[in-house]
Amino acid sequence: MIIQALTLTLRLAIMVSAILLVIGVPLAYWLAFSRRRWKFLVEAVVSLPIVLPPTVLGFYVLVAVGPLSPVGRWYQALTGHTLAFTFEGLVIGSVLYSLPFAVQPMATSFAAVDRKLLDASALLGASGWRTFWRIVLPLGLPGVLTGAVLSFAHTLGEFGVVLMIGGNIPGATQTVSILIYDQVQALDYATANRTALILLVLCFTMLAILYGLRRRGVWNVWEWK
Amino acid sequence: MSGATTSPPAEQLTLRLKKRFRGDSEFVLDVELAVAAGFTIWFGASGAGKTTLLDCIAGLRTPDEGTIAIGEAVLFDSQSRVNLPPRCRSVAYLLQSLALFPHMTVEQNVQYGLAALNQRDRDARSGEVLESFRISSLLQRRPNEISAGERQRVALARALVTRPRVLLLDEPLTALDAVTKARILDDLRAWNQRHRIPILYVTHDREEVFALGESAIVLEGGRILARGSPHEVLHRPQSETVAQLAGFENIFAGSVTGSHPEYGTMTCRIAGSTLDLEVPLVRVNAALPLCVGIRAGDILLASSKPQGLSARNVLDGTITSLEQRDMKVIAVVTCGPEFEVHLTLGARESLQLKPGARVWLVVKTYSCHVLQ
Repeated sequence: MIIQALTLTLRLAIMVSAILLVIGVPLAYWLAFSRRRWKFLVEAVVSLPIVLPPTVLGFYVLVAVGPLSPVGRWYQALTGHTLAFTFEGLVIGSVLYSLPFAVQPMATSFAAVDRKLLDASALLGASGWRTFWRIVLPLGLPGVLTGAVLSFAHTLGEFGVVLMIGGNIPGATQTVSILIYDQVQALDYATANRTALILLVLCFTMLAILYGLRRRGVWNVWEWK
Repeated sequence: MSGATTSPPAEQLTLRLKKRFRGDSEFVLDVELAVAAGFTIWFGASGAGKTTLLDCIAGLRTPDEGTIAIGEAVLFDSQSRVNLPPRCRSVAYLLQSLALFPHMTVEQNVQYGLAALNQRDRDARSGEVLESFRISSLLQRRPNEISAGERQRVALARALVTRPRVLLLDEPLTALDAVTKARILDDLRAWNQRHRIPILYVTHDREEVFALGESAIVLEGGRILARGSPHEVLHRPQSETVAQLAGFENIFAGSVTGSHPEYGTMTCRIAGSTLDLEVPLVRVNAALPLCVGIRAGDILLASSKPQGLSARNVLDGTITSLEQRDMKVIAVVTCGPEFEVHLTLGARESLQLKPGARVWLVVKTYSCHVLQ
């Protein structure tokens, strides 16, 4: 039971941080360098999940992927079932929920790259694309890694959104945090204790590695004046 | 980026541009000139528009109107709406901060602008430039592992390896000591002997103007104020602004009270005082205000009244302040008007100068520069 929930949780977290790497990096780049006047609106939307109760976010996602919305209907026509109460639905909800945790450190580290380096790159004939791959991304890598790890950790500990969208189906949508809730509801404190401990140790180890690497300067290899 | 020829025909940089600054309607950059191959020094105080001008040439900023061209190639033309992006301009621009890529080795930095070439050509091209600037031994180092002078050389090599048609330098050597600076400039000169491109060198350090210049341009308030050889521009300045830039610590408003064509001199009274100075005879327009500029280092100071001197101006005064700056003593002496005088530490000691002491200032006629 625990093993099953644990594998599912890890699978979810890995997928979420992989997806967030793919969509978070360009989004963060845009946020860091765009001069659009309405950029602040996008910034606000990206940060929403930090302040919104997970239930609110979960509720909207549930409605959006359910059979009543165009997206939900389209998906149902395509696959024969709705996204609600499936692993895919969980992934979508978790990606949205962890978006700011991935995008914010990435955008911060991209914006911190010295603009003079970007000018220098352009003056040496580099296209914007080349400047991104050779200058912005390598120098912003610490932020990208931080974003990926934070979104991974955040997904591990998520509860409200998962419960709203996924429900509590063992093997399909039952993550560790929901399993613990289940066990406590069943007054099975001993098992709940063990499960909680596993999650605690896992999260602590990850954050310890993250901050340890940071302290030893491994992630700041390019910091230079 | 031109082809493989080592000495392409020298091309002129021509520009005529205006740029207004938003929020500061007073300041307008308004410049028109042609720059030939070789060093041209842009000299001016900070805020004179030097960096803005370079930014416009490089394409980092857009002028409001005008044209910029290298030889036949138009980089910018407001009328036909041509505005090439920086990467297509073949303009090398050495920013004040150098902007070396910190995560790359010297070799990767230098080869950054050669992405279009294959590896063998890239190595050949960078090898040649690295040798010209004597940094072949630093290939695998990172920018934070080499000295300031070496970083300077790497930045130059990185900019020049692309075979640009114009080189812009924004106060690149200000932080270096004189010896290092001179060596780098020698190498840059040698490089330009072979490549003959216009090099625009921005500085606010007048020593550099003399050290470098074949041609100097004084920029002030966004306009070209004077142009010529460094000596013409800075040693015989015709305007007060240039004089301030050229380092006349003492500038007095005055009027001509007598003229002695037989001696080649004239007498000038400093406004608001009864002090007369003998100055060289120059043609002045009586309708315009006149100034006399004297360098603080050209004034002699005596603790007793000097006699038997050739110098025609001996002024009686009192020291009002003495201040040490580095290895130099800056004395302010009031003779009616106040004079700034620069002394060595030794002079202060042997004359036992103190504020309040009575002194005589000695100024040669030819140390007085009439400015109008």
